[in-house]
Amino acid sequence: MSTLFDQFSFWSAFWMTIKLTLGAAVGSLILGTIVAVLRLSPVPMLRFLGTSYVNIFRNTPLTLIILASNLVLWAKLGVVMANSKSPDFFNTNNFRLAVLGLTVYHASYVCEALRSGVNTIPLGQAEAARSIGLTFGQSLKEVILPQAFRGAVVPLGNTLIALTKNTTVAVTIGVAEMAAMLAKVTEDDPGLLNQAFVLTALAFVVLTLPVGLAVSWLGKRLAVKR
Amino acid sequence: MTQPTSDGRDPLVVVSGLNKHYGDLHVLKDINLTVGRGEVVVVLGPSGSGKSTLCRTINRLETFEDGSITIDGKPLPQEGKSLAELRADVGMVFQSFNLFAHKTILDNVTLGPIKVRKMDKKKAEELAQQLLQRVGVEKQANKYPAQLSGGQQQRVAIARSLAMQPKVMLFDEPTSALDPEMINEVLDVMSGLAKEGMTMIVVTHEMGFARRAADRVVFMADGEILEDATPEEFFNNPRTDRAKDFLSKILTH
Ligand SMILES: Nc1ncnc2c1ncn2[C@@H]1O[C@H](COP(=O)(O)OP(=O)(O)OP(=O)(O)O)[C@@H](O)[C@H]1O
Ligand SMILES: [Mg+2]
Repeated sequence: MSTLFDQFSFWSAFWMTIKLTLGAAVGSLILGTIVAVLRLSPVPMLRFLGTSYVNIFRNTPLTLIILASNLVLWAKLGVVMANSKSPDFFNTNNFRLAVLGLTVYHASYVCEALRSGVNTIPLGQAEAARSIGLTFGQSLKEVILPQAFRGAVVPLGNTLIALTKNTTVAVTIGVAEMAAMLAKVTEDDPGLLNQAFVLTALAFVVLTLPVGLAVSWLGKRLAVKR
Repeated sequence: MTQPTSDGRDPLVVVSGLNKHYGDLHVLKDINLTVGRGEVVVVLGPSGSGKSTLCRTINRLETFEDGSITIDGKPLPQEGKSLAELRADVGMVFQSFNLFAHKTILDNVTLGPIKVRKMDKKKAEELAQQLLQRVGVEKQANKYPAQLSGGQQQRVAIARSLAMQPKVMLFDEPTSALDPEMINEVLDVMSGLAKEGMTMIVVTHEMGFARRAADRVVFMADGEILEDATPEEFFNNPRTDRAKDFLSKILTH
């Protein structure tokens, strides 16, 4: 077992998975909120933009998006996300492209989770906000979004769990996370495969199980009483 | 257009030639209504006659096709920042209270003054405490709306509106969602406001309030204003059959 940790850097792969998850979680929360605001906007053009975003990215396979971030964005269009003179350029660049791809994909799910949260809010809340003179932006910030986030804790949590597992797709562009480690074990030391698979599965459970528990607890605690 | 009202008041809300449709339904038909400063107008009428729609249109929560609405001489602007500013001058109290469910009672009342009037937090809280005291719910300041009774919530909603120092307040059936024993605590607050000279447009089924507090009664049916009279005139000598019919149904309960 020690070879798994020494030779195949189990821990650093685990850490990479965590970094991908955290980076894309923050990114997709921000981007998803922006897309949700577009979809709630009174301006038809902005609503159309928001709806199109969700329809495009939610219906495209994640593998395709991650590959495209590398093969199209970087290789064809020359979008560079790291210092190209750095000796670690490929690793850093691919890591960031993977975070970008994961962000873009999961933002559509964050947006839809938030919209389900918005649907838990009675129409009168927005009307009361407008009637005291809040602008559209102020109503969103002070009244609608805070209640939407509280109503969306569970679907947001589910998105986070899905995201954690989906980080394994980053193996396709060579990011050294858990699935990449498994691929390396398969090639170099197949005898270790059983151990490697069990430990990897366990690692994901360790990451996602607490999220699931926290989410159902928080969902109840933060629910807006009406 | 800015002629004084019949009893010589300075006109504050002027609705003229207002028409509104919901699809094929003509909900508001050529409405003309002038409310003077300090005047209390009670709007009566059967269900579906367009009372709520009229209130919501005056506050521009609903759009309209034809006609004009001016508040203190200023026409209602299109959606946007200037509309938000104008709305701040028009208070609205809803049947279902609509307190912000995730905010404490105090925060409900201070939100408008802080965000719209740019008052500093401490001043806004003093004002809110004063208003909560005035409507008799000062002890609940740190609770959340769901922890209060309906009557208390509605009084907070009135305080929230008052905190904006509105020029006129609209009430859309403010007591219809309340248990009978809570109706009077809300009506008392409203009567107090009326006495202090607040300009009010009140949709209600509380005939006692209409007789006591109204300067004028407006009777609507099928999207039209059929009568516009003093409470004595209206209740003692309704002119139209629709109004007679309406009163006979209401007053026999
Ligand atoms: N959003 C809407 N879309 C379509 N029709 C509507 C809408 N809101 C109201 N209406 C219709 O417009 C008419 C007037 O409604 P409104 O709510 O103004 O009546 P009301 O006088 O307030 O009645 P009530 O005493 O029942 O509150 C009704 O026929 C109603 O069904
Ligand atoms: Mg109504």
